[in-house]
Amino acid sequence: MAVITMREALNQALREELLRDENVFLMGEEVAAYQGAYKVTKGLLDEFGDKRVIDTPITELGFAGLGVGAAMAGLRPIVEFMTFNFSILATDQIINSAAKMLYMSGGQFKVPIVFRGPGGSAFQVSSQHSQALESWFAYFPGLKVVMPSTPADAKGLLKSSIRDDDPVVFIEQERMYGNKGEVPDDKDFTIPLGVADIKREGHDATIVARSLMVPVALKAADELEKQGVSCEVIDPRTIRPLDINTILNSVRKTNRVVIAEESHPFCGVGAEISAEITERAFDYLDAPIKRVSGADVPMPYAKNLEDLAIPTVNQIVAAVREVSYLD
Amino acid sequence: MATQVFMPKLSPTMEEGQISRWLKKEGDKVAMGEPLAEIDTDKATMEMQALSSGVLRKIVINEGESAPLGAMIAVIGEPDEDISQMLSSTGSQAAKPAAQPAPQAPAQTETASTEKVKPRADGNGREAPTAVSAPASGRLIVSPLAARMAAEAGIDLRGLSGTGPGGRIIKRDIEAALEHTQQATTPAPREGGYQLRAVEGTGIKSGAASPYRDEPASEIRRTIAKRLVTSLGPVPHFFLTIEIEMDRAVEMRKNINTLDPDLKISINDIIIKVAAAALMKHPQVNASYQDRSVRFYSQADIGVAVAIEEGLITPVVRAANQKSLSEIAAEVRELAERARNRKLRPEEYTGATFSISNLGMFGIDEFTAVINPPEGAILAVGAVSPKPVVRDEQVVVRQMMRVTMSCDHRVIDGATGAKFLQTFKKLLENPLYLIV
Repeated sequence: MAVITMREALNQALREELLRDENVFLMGEEVAAYQGAYKVTKGLLDEFGDKRVIDTPITELGFAGLGVGAAMAGLRPIVEFMTFNFSILATDQIINSAAKMLYMSGGQFKVPIVFRGPGGSAFQVSSQHSQALESWFAYFPGLKVVMPSTPADAKGLLKSSIRDDDPVVFIEQERMYGNKGEVPDDKDFTIPLGVADIKREGHDATIVARSLMVPVALKAADELEKQGVSCEVIDPRTIRPLDINTILNSVRKTNRVVIAEESHPFCGVGAEISAEITERAFDYLDAPIKRVSGADVPMPYAKNLEDLAIPTVNQIVAAVREVSYLD
Repeated sequence: MATQVFMPKLSPTMEEGQISRWLKKEGDKVAMGEPLAEIDTDKATMEMQALSSGVLRKIVINEGESAPLGAMIAVIGEPDEDISQMLSSTGSQAAKPAAQPAPQAPAQTETASTEKVKPRADGNGREAPTAVSAPASGRLIVSPLAARMAAEAGIDLRGLSGTGPGGRIIKRDIEAALEHTQQATTPAPREGGYQLRAVEGTGIKSGAASPYRDEPASEIRRTIAKRLVTSLGPVPHFFLTIEIEMDRAVEMRKNINTLDPDLKISINDIIIKVAAAALMKHPQVNASYQDRSVRFYSQADIGVAVAIEEGLITPVVRAANQKSLSEIAAEVRELAERARNRKLRPEEYTGATFSISNLGMFGIDEFTAVINPPEGAILAVGAVSPKPVVRDEQVVVRQMMRVTMSCDHRVIDGATGAKFLQTFKKLLENPLYLIV
């Protein structure tokens, strides 16, 4: 297995799917000539030409709508948002068209489209360009929401998302594009949607973490191991459909849960996971479920304040110690 | 931060407790979970554990003094922390400093102090939970997991003190209690004859209270229950007496004790064993009326009445149906000894499924006992004494004993009780049945 960056893994997935199926095409701002604002689409224009890799004007609502129409007509578009902050402009097409078309047409129109791009906190780009929007999209029936945390997951999940017949919101983490990891070379390597991954096994406490928080949770688990607490780290990978059973099985074993997320706490995905656990595994809990979330404020620009707004290893360690009644 | 120590609820019926002994002095270091004091409840002397760590700053209730449930009895804090506020805020008005500043000043002091104790908000803008030392209301605080574990093991939560925040009973408290009961009794379950196997699949240890199943009370059962309580108090008793020839049981006891004098088997031990076996044959008697259902227990947890200085208490021999005579004898001796020293834990004297009261040693020939609800019956055992009886039309002398069973008519009918006593008599007159 080759060790590559998440950026390269995503690029491989796009290239392999463009090669595999001529109905797949890619469009977005700067994806072609500039090779992507984050270079995820590097080399694709040269290889596939300007009918398959298309630069769009700065009109998120417009090209998202184009994508939905193309998908309804039988193509398999991949729409890149330069960042998910700009997807806010396209939400009418994503939510009211893509998510609901299959239902409203009585099953006549499927919409096999992928909306992808970086999301979550970036480095000092302030409130409007540094936010986690997954709970918005996960809220709507009809959308699938995917958030990889490793290069291998990114590649396998993006390929499955492109092959999926439903609209998929695929959120990459802006800070993680340079993260390296082993990725299988097999061009048919895929990871099914809706299957969580146990990133680390343990028996004293369960940490549910996604995207940027997975490596942070793993570091917290290392630190807790030294303190005699064995943590299981579960990465749902797909937010919707959520693989709640893997989480519940872990909770039944450990009896305590910490949910780590960089998003705001209120009405967040962590709140949903917490509710699901309480409804289905109440009798297995020995402590209240604890969330470690991003600060409930717009992302500050100042570096010191930005650091305070994003959950840290120490916060997760403290939360696990709290639910384990160790302090 | 300093925390108050409250009088905990240490027995199901406790309303106040008396400090028997402080195990720490003011100024001593205390770790969470360490024994802090011995407290006399209405039933027993119990150890109380510290729920927080620090230094025992102040003893509020001294040895020999009593306090109601939830009253502050001590303060644990940092060595140099100011705890005067904590002491005065819960104390009476008179305990506050006498010198009051100008009228305007107290309001300001109030604001300042409120500010100081206000819980810190965490990064998410939620308020941090306030630290409370113990459930002051006397209400049980227990984690869902601990509640389920206790229910499955038949542990009475009211007898436990929690080590979680605010006195919450958590998994490790149940595990500690389970370990405790397991150490107290390590029976070797036996099979065959009148002894039932432990219920399969439940993983119940016979040190724990009996598992049971509830069956909805039938209409006729409910009517019987309703009508009979209007006649004779809340538990409608009726009494069945039977006379039992004890020669073989007496001889068996003598032979066993000759074989191994250390065993010290008593007639009462044999009666417990026989009653447990008979209960397995007659589950209707090993039952309890539960308002809208009848609860059938799957093991015989036998309460044995023990007279103590202040009255009486009935320690429970768990799963007597699974225990050998020697185990029962040893356990009864040990429980009775601790009962007399008031060292029984609540789970050791509650939750029997059937009771036995024996006044034979006082020369009582026959008496009736009062049922200990929610048990369905109690057996009053009289003295074993030689009596002339007719056998094969000849008057001969036999060792006779009379027992009277008080039955709760809501669960046990006359014929049901009579059949139980027939079995009881048959087994006791021919104790060899116990080993077949």
